[in-house]
Amino acid sequence: MSRIVVVGHGPAAHRFVERLTGNGFAGSVTVIGEEPRPAYDRVALTSYLSGVSADELTYAVPEGVVTRTATRVTAVDRQARHVVTADGGRTPYDVLVLATGSAPFVPPVPGAEHAFVYRTIEDLDAIRTAAKDAVAGVVVGGGLLGLEAADALRALGLKTHIVEMSPWLMPRQVDEGGGSVLKGHIERLGLGVHAGSGVQEIVTGSDGRVAGVRTPDGTLLEAQVVVFSAGVRPRDELARSCGLEVGARGGVVVDSAMRTSDPSIYAIGECALAGGTVYGLVGPCNTMAEVAADRVTGGSATFEGADLSTKLKLLGVEVAQFGAMDGALDVTYMDPVAGVYKKLFVSDDARTLLGGICVGDASPYATLRPFVGKELPAAPADLLFSGAGAALDLPDEAQVCSCNNVCAGDIRTAIAEQGVTDVPGVKACTRAGTTCGSCVPMLKQLLEKSGVELSKALCEHFAYSRAELFDIVRVRGVTTFSELVSAHGQGRGCDICKPAVASILASLHNGHVLEGERAALQDTNDAFLANIQKNGTYSVVPRIPGGEITPEKLIVIGEVARDFGLYTKITGGQRIDLFGARVEQLPEIWRRLVDAGFESGHAYGKALRTVKSCVGSTWCRYGVQDSVGLAIALELRYRGLRSPHKLKSAVSGCARECAEARSKDFGVIATEQGWNLYVGGNGGFTPRHADLLATDLSTDELLRTIDRFLMFYIRTADRLQRTAAWLESLDGGLDYLREVIMEDSLGICADLDAQMEQHVATYADEWRATLDDPGKLSRFVSFVNAPGMPDPSIVFASERGQIRPVMAR
Amino acid sequence: MSWTPICAYDALLPERGVCALVGGEQVAVFRTYDGDLYALDNLDPFSGAYVLSRGIVGTRKGEPTVASPLHKQVFSLVTGRCLDEEGVSVPVHAVRVNGARVEVSLRQRAGVGALAGHV
Repeated sequence: MSRIVVVGHGPAAHRFVERLTGNGFAGSVTVIGEEPRPAYDRVALTSYLSGVSADELTYAVPEGVVTRTATRVTAVDRQARHVVTADGGRTPYDVLVLATGSAPFVPPVPGAEHAFVYRTIEDLDAIRTAAKDAVAGVVVGGGLLGLEAADALRALGLKTHIVEMSPWLMPRQVDEGGGSVLKGHIERLGLGVHAGSGVQEIVTGSDGRVAGVRTPDGTLLEAQVVVFSAGVRPRDELARSCGLEVGARGGVVVDSAMRTSDPSIYAIGECALAGGTVYGLVGPCNTMAEVAADRVTGGSATFEGADLSTKLKLLGVEVAQFGAMDGALDVTYMDPVAGVYKKLFVSDDARTLLGGICVGDASPYATLRPFVGKELPAAPADLLFSGAGAALDLPDEAQVCSCNNVCAGDIRTAIAEQGVTDVPGVKACTRAGTTCGSCVPMLKQLLEKSGVELSKALCEHFAYSRAELFDIVRVRGVTTFSELVSAHGQGRGCDICKPAVASILASLHNGHVLEGERAALQDTNDAFLANIQKNGTYSVVPRIPGGEITPEKLIVIGEVARDFGLYTKITGGQRIDLFGARVEQLPEIWRRLVDAGFESGHAYGKALRTVKSCVGSTWCRYGVQDSVGLAIALELRYRGLRSPHKLKSAVSGCARECAEARSKDFGVIATEQGWNLYVGGNGGFTPRHADLLATDLSTDELLRTIDRFLMFYIRTADRLQRTAAWLESLDGGLDYLREVIMEDSLGICADLDAQMEQHVATYADEWRATLDDPGKLSRFVSFVNAPGMPDPSIVFASERGQIRPVMAR
Repeated sequence: MSWTPICAYDALLPERGVCALVGGEQVAVFRTYDGDLYALDNLDPFSGAYVLSRGIVGTRKGEPTVASPLHKQVFSLVTGRCLDEEGVSVPVHAVRVNGARVEVSLRQRAGVGALAGHV
C-alpha cells in the first residue's frame, strides 16, 4: 500500500494525516481540498472575527504530505482506482479516504439565496463585509453553532435575533428548564430570542437587499444580515456518484474500521455514517480519523460510537451536557436570579449516574462526566456544587478527555511510567486537554492525587520559583545571570528564565537593562526598548505622565510620526503609540523625542506603564482632590520599576471614578478626607475589580503603602503573575497583605521602603542613556553587514490615511 | 561552496543574534556562550516575519536554541528544527570564522521533500 489520497481537507483529514505520519507511514499521502487553504481549527472559527488570522488558525501540514488546495474532486473511478479533479487531472490511489465533511442546511424558503452560512473562513469574510452597512441580524437556528453565530453578529455591532424552531434553545444539549435559564442570559445581553418559531421567508426591500425575516406568525424581524445555522448535511455526493452505500438520510455508510462498502475506500468525520449516526463534534471525528489511520497502517482499532458530551461557553454562558438527557430520577438545582441551572439524572435506585445538564455554571461537568454509568460517588445534591469533585477517585476506565478519548488510567500510566510531573507533560504524552481544555482541572487533580508534587521550577534551567530566585539574588548579592545559572541552575537558560532573571536584577539593582551581559537576557522588546509588532517592526510610546501633555509636546509627537511615516494611535493608558518603526529608525526617532523632553514610557517592559487620571478638582465641578497632580507624582515615582509583570495604575478625583482606577494593579480614588487605595485590579482576559486596601490616606501614607505593596509583590510573585492573580494566591489574602505592609507583621517594611527609595534615587531614562552610548546604539541595525539598509521584507499598505503592515504570506 | 564575510567576530555578542544579508537572503547568525557560531534563516515560519535573529538564545537539554521573539517557539540552532512543534523547521546555513571575520555560506535552497532528510 503505497499511495493514500484524502479527499477534503478539514480537521478530520488533518488528524488523519497527522496520525498517519506519526505511525511512520512510508508511502505517499496526497490531500485534495476545495477550500483555498489547508485544514484549520473550525472550533476556534469565531476567533477569526476578533483578529486571529487565517494563518494562525491553519494547522501545520506534516512533513512529506502533499496538499492541493482550491481543488475539487469531481469523480472517483473505483475500477481504475483514481480520483478525477475539476481540472480533469487524475490522481491514482491505493487507499482513498473520504473526509468531505458536511454542508450547512439551508431550508428552501423564499429569499434563502440571500442568507449566509457559518462554516468557513470565507463565510465569515462575507458576513463581516455584509455587517458593515447593517444594523440588525437574524440567526436562524438556536443550537450550539447558531448561538456562536449570534455572538459573532453581536460582536460585529448588530442588534441580533435568534430564531429557533424547537420550543427552547439548544434542544440537543439542554432540557426545557435549562433552556429557559439560557434564554434569560441571552436576553440580558440584548439579543432577541424567538423559540418555537421559524422562517417563512426572507424579505427583501425595493432595492433588492435583505430587509428582514418573516416568522410563521407574521412577525417581521428587521435585519440586513441573515445567517442560517439550521443543521448540516453530510457531503456524500461523491460517494453516491461512485456507487458507495449511503444512508437513507445521507452519510457514507462505514463499518467500525471506518471502511465504506468498497474496502479500499474509508470515510471519516462528518461525512461518515457510523453505526447509524453522523457525528458533528470534533471529538468523535478525531477518533474516526485515528481509527482509519491505524487501520491503513495495519492496526486493528475500531470506532464504537462516541460520547457526545459537550461543555462550552457561548455568549459568556457556560453550558454543559453529559450522558443521558433523561432518567428514572432527577435532581435539579435552579437559581433564576443567578442564572444557574444544574440537573443530574440517576437510575431508579438512585445509585448510578446517567447524565446531567448545566447552564450558567458548568463546574460539575469535568468531575462528574467520567462517572456516567458508574456508581455515584456521593449524594446527588452534593455533587451539584462546585468543588465537590475534588475528593472523588476516578476509576481507571473513566474518560477524562472526551475530545481525544483519554481515560483516567491513561493519565495515571503516563504519570507512573513516563515520569510526567505537570499538566504540559500530561498534554504532550496523552493529548488530554489539548483540544477544548475543559478537563485541565481534572488533569491537575489526577497529578496531585498521584503524589506528584507540582513542580514550581521556573524551567529546565532552574529548580526554583521566581520568588525563590529573587531571594537567592537578593541575599547572595548575585549580579549576573551567568553567576546565577552556574551556581544555582544548569544549562544556559531560555526565553522563560532569562527575562525573569533580567527583571529580578533590574528590580534589585536598577542598572541599564542593556548593560553588558544583561542585554542578552532581554526579550526583543526590552532589547530594542520598543514593542515588536507582527511584521517585525516596533512601536514607540513616549511617557506622558498622568496623560497630561502640552500642545508643544503634542506637536513634536505629530511631527515625528509624520516625518518617519508612523501609524499613530491613542492608547488606553492616555498616551500615544507610534507604530511601524524599523530597528535602525528607533535611535533617530528617540533622539528627536528626547531632545523635546520626552523619556521612555516602558510600554515594552514588564514595568510600570501608565498612571491614568481624570481632570480632578482643578477643572471638574465634582472633583474633590487633584487627581492629575497625584497621577503625575505616582508615575514619576514608579517609572522604570521592573516587576514580574506590567503594572497599571489610575487616579480618580472623586467617587464617580472616571479614571477606572478599580481595574488597575493599584488604583486611587479621592475622598473628602484624602485617598482610598485599591489593589489587585485587572482588565484584560480575566477582569477583576481591585480590593479596597486602605481608606482616607494622606498623600504621604498613600505613597508609603503603595511603595510597600509594589515591593512585596515584586519579591514574592511568580513570573508573569499580575497583582490580581498574586493577591488571589496569597495565603490569607487581603487581610494578610494589610498585616504585612501596614502593620509590618513580618518585620520587612524597613527593607521594602529602602528598596523603593533606592529605585527612586537611581532611576535614569534608559533611552537617553542608550543614545549616549555608541556600543548600545550599534545594535540598532537591520543588517550587520549593511547597517544603513532597511529590511526589504517590511512592506506597508495604506488604510484610512495611515500605514498598515502587509505580510508576505 | 562560496563564503560571504559578514562582520568581525567581535561584533557578535555572546548569546545574541545578528541578521546579515547574504545574496539577497536574510540569515540570522548567533554566537553562543561557548563562542560557537550558528546560522539559520531569519524568517520565522510561524509568523512570516523576518525576526529570528532577535530571539533569546539559550539551551534545551544542552542543545543550543533560539526562541522566536514573536510567539516564542524554540528552534534548535544545530538542526533548525522547531522543538515545540513537530514537522516545522527552518533552513540551516554554514558559518565559520576566517581570521577575525565571520563568514556565511548559504545552504542550497531545498524543496519541501529534501527538508525532511537533511536538516
